[in-house]
Amino acid sequence: MTVENFIQHFANQLDDTDVSVLTPLTEFKTLDEWSSLTALSIIAMADEEYNAKLKGEDLKNALTLEDLFQIVLSKKE
Amino acid sequence: MEAKLIICGRDPNRLAKTFNLLEGGGHQSFCGDLTEDSVLQELTEDLPLLDGIVHNAGLYVIKPSQFLNRETLDETLNINFFSPAVLSQKLLKGKKINRGGSIVFVSSIFGVKISAVGSAAYSASKGAINGYMKAMALEMAPKNIRVNSVNPGMVNTNLMKHNQTVTEEQLEEDRKKYPMKRYGKPEEVAYGVIFLLSDASSYITGSQLVIDGGYTLL
Repeated sequence: MTVENFIQHFANQLDDTDVSVLTPLTEFKTLDEWSSLTALSIIAMADEEYNAKLKGEDLKNALTLEDLFQIVLSKKE
Repeated sequence: MEAKLIICGRDPNRLAKTFNLLEGGGHQSFCGDLTEDSVLQELTEDLPLLDGIVHNAGLYVIKPSQFLNRETLDETLNINFFSPAVLSQKLLKGKKINRGGSIVFVSSIFGVKISAVGSAAYSASKGAINGYMKAMALEMAPKNIRVNSVNPGMVNTNLMKHNQTVTEEQLEEDRKKYPMKRYGKPEEVAYGVIFLLSDASSYITGSQLVIDGGYTLL
């Protein structure tokens, strides 16, 4: 359960962004591809891969992919 | 409104709370999960003849289609479509609906008039209910039993509080898209249901009563 794995799962939800451009410090909401649909896909991915129930508030509060990963870990059941 | 109600719910505490709010007398409550066939069977066996039915139980899961595997789809379709459909089947088989009665499905504008990102499972379930309602309306018409749906837009209910996929801010932005700049109140949908249950709608069947503050006009 590493941040690298998480970033790969994150990248799998994107169509136009390659995993190679993503790092733990990436501010994911500034990605060109970020949209409300991407947000829903990330929430669903966290549930499916990590059994973590993310809320909209969690995405709002996280700035970087590392932040998001930490929140996912804290919510993992 | 003078009516004797039989209310159903999964959670005994919430059911009791609702039961205690009911005015008048002669009411009953039944606790059970309507997705279970044994529960539906038990419920329908003991029922008296009914003049009205409101299919209200429902679930709203927001998930993009690539995550809607069979299990996830079943979760929504079971309560939103199969429960009301199988309950209807048992009521009809048991001849539990009086002539002149009225059946109301709580449907939605989602899946019937419009849809939304993440709403495929929910929309499918309400689309299914929509089709089912129309066929049932035709079958019941000769017995003077009317079958209709209310189709609300977004309403401020617990469904929204449980589903925190969207933030309060996103909901506020969404409210602005409504011509009346707000979501509906539960009672504003209930009044529509009451109208469809009552004789005031005696010539209305197979219809969708849209209660959305004008949202689908845009």
